Amino acid sequence: MRTTETNEAGLIARILAGEKELFHELIRPYERMVYLTLFSIVKNETEAEDGAQETVISAYRHLASFRGDAKFSTWLVTIAINEGRKRLRKAKTAAEESIEEKMEAHEGDYSPAPLTDWREIPLEALERKELREALRVAVTELPDIYRQVFALRDLQELNVEETAQALGINPGAVKVRLHRARMMLQKRLVPYLKTTAPARRLFFGRAL
Amino acid sequence: MKLDCQHVWEHISEYIDGSVDAKLREDIERHLEHCEICSAILDSTRNILILTADDRTFELPVGYSERLHERLAKELENPDGDLKKK
Repeated sequence: MRTTETNEAGLIARILAGEKELFHELIRPYERMVYLTLFSIVKNETEAEDGAQETVISAYRHLASFRGDAKFSTWLVTIAINEGRKRLRKAKTAAEESIEEKMEAHEGDYSPAPLTDWREIPLEALERKELREALRVAVTELPDIYRQVFALRDLQELNVEETAQALGINPGAVKVRLHRARMMLQKRLVPYLKTTAPARRLFFGRAL
Repeated sequence: MKLDCQHVWEHISEYIDGSVDAKLREDIERHLEHCEICSAILDSTRNILILTADDRTFELPVGYSERLHERLAKELENPDGDLKKK
């Protein structure tokens, strides 16, 4: 990690000093993160890709304003989020947005699905394409505020602080939203997880 | 303290992230030892997280990287595209 950051600081300094081409190299490790961040907001592949390109161009143009007090990845993800929100605002009415904001205040049921017979999830169940597809759909259909936190924490593996900073919310809200997102997904995916009867006793969480 | 299932569920996310305090962690683990239901919830949630982080679950569009660098290359060539000084 430290090496990455040192290298990055070096790269950034050289780019700012005129070696523009190095920006390709600087951005390469984060291409996936940028795309997925956009996708988690706009939920459309074409929009996400366009937004990812805009994000990278914008990061390049504003590189001089990167201070180095945040991690480059957090700075970049913040630009991606803003780009995504901008695109979303264009596509979406204000009314819809306010409904979602209200959802957080609701004391909904965010408990998991309590079943016992899918404890033993065979490795091959997790390897199935249908399960991946089901997860993709379930994540895409999470309410925006939950999906965005989930994407940053569990897909991009940012920590709580970085996620809070990138989304402009407090760390407590990150934890609450993440918990709800995970429980909603768990509940949603239970039917897929239990469709395959355990054939052999090798379980993902255990075997690794 | 003896925890009920509901209480464990409320903290399951933080437990997975390792951000519960030592006492609560111990209580949760004691509960998990004898509670099949909560153990199942924990395992399934963890599996979902493993699957989420798996690169094959959320894939990038084919050719995404190439198009991105192409666009960037154009930007870098642009003489007006000098880096902003502020």
